[in-house]
Amino acid sequence: MNPQVTAPAATRDVSETQPSGQVDLRREFNEVGIGEVLDQLDRELIGLKPVKTRIREIASLLLIERIRKRMNLTSEVPTLHMSFTGNPGTGKTTVALRIASILHKLGFVRRGQVVSVTRDELVGQYIGHTAPKTKEILKKAMGGVLFIDEAYYLHRPDNERDYGQEAIEILLQVMESQREDLVVILAGYGDRMDKFFASNPGFRSRIAHHIDFPDYSDVELLAIAELMLHDMNYKLSPDARQAFVRYIALRKAQPLFSNARSIRNALDRMRLRQANRLVADLDRVLSADDIMSLEVSDVLASRVFSNSSSG
Amino acid sequence: MRVTQGCFSFLPDLTDEQISRQVQYCLGKGWAVNIEFTDDPHPRNSFWEMWGLPMFDLRDAAGVLMELNECRKVYGDRYIRMSAFDSSHGWESVRLSFIVNRPKEEPGFRLERHEVDGRNIRYTTKSYAVDRPEGQRYGGK
Repeated sequence: MNPQVTAPAATRDVSETQPSGQVDLRREFNEVGIGEVLDQLDRELIGLKPVKTRIREIASLLLIERIRKRMNLTSEVPTLHMSFTGNPGTGKTTVALRIASILHKLGFVRRGQVVSVTRDELVGQYIGHTAPKTKEILKKAMGGVLFIDEAYYLHRPDNERDYGQEAIEILLQVMESQREDLVVILAGYGDRMDKFFASNPGFRSRIAHHIDFPDYSDVELLAIAELMLHDMNYKLSPDARQAFVRYIALRKAQPLFSNARSIRNALDRMRLRQANRLVADLDRVLSADDIMSLEVSDVLASRVFSNSSSG
Repeated sequence: MRVTQGCFSFLPDLTDEQISRQVQYCLGKGWAVNIEFTDDPHPRNSFWEMWGLPMFDLRDAAGVLMELNECRKVYGDRYIRMSAFDSSHGWESVRLSFIVNRPKEEPGFRLERHEVDGRNIRYTTKSYAVDRPEGQRYGGK
């Protein structure tokens, strides 16, 4: 144990015993290893300022809570259920995975696994099917994080006999009674989640942290693209980079733009075109640089450019 | 008479926390934990009824405890045991089993003697509890 922390006398009552002892916060911070998780979050997730701020706040609270617990300053287990709202491709799932590891490091979830489900895995198809199904998922998620993607599908307002309501009731019950065993994260698009919470006020009040994921700016999208390419051992040639900046601006204006996901898809298509271009000339001797770099033609061949010129 | 079957049955009854630690040990080994119950405690009765399905792919004992508490709500007046099934090749059998719930009163067993073939005697044990119909043993309705 940390010798700097001298636990107060055996009495539980805090009002009688003045909790004494000092805590070396930096040391606690390092001991938990949370710094590196937060740094990793900063490094690997681009943009998302409000999200990072909120996660830092939660992490700080949990760190303090840990120390308080050690000093016998009793307090309720903080509610850690969260809801992530934001447009497609803004990194909700990625952040959920990170959150799980942060909570695990701080000791607020025991195992740190993430069970990611959608409506299909929770709601049954006939009477009596839903409860065992939901409970099975809950059991698997115990000690970790249950991530419910597109949570609003659980509630079908047009059909009042829908089994989704049963799943919601079981979820609410477990979220309330087993707060120390399980953290539930709901995710979905902003407006539909609002509607979902409006029709299930129980959910709204049981979730302490509502985090909104903003859309990425053009600069952030470019940085994301370069990070993704770097991870895949590709790079953009300077010309291709210029073209890709234009591509982002054009793609954003088009319908069905889903932020980082669209960027990833675009990169995948560019890789296809690059491979095709390289294979077209079989007699050429390739250097590692040729294989790694995406050229301007790979970018410009995109449909996005032809659509914008034609109208 | 206290029924002693499976692990830990000569120890005082396990608390929920102890049960939870044992279950966590099983999960750590990759065994699937099952909850079974019966009101016929005869030692040769090896097939107890299952509460739900075997719980594969669990990470934390809290899930098993949740089911155990559900089971206790319904069958709190019967014997409930946990068994841990090892599905790995070469084992494929129960590795550990222990009683986690028992009736308040355990009337015990009697020895029955059958006189057969002249002066030969065959012995058998019979639980006093099973004299009453199923569901009404151990002070059930």
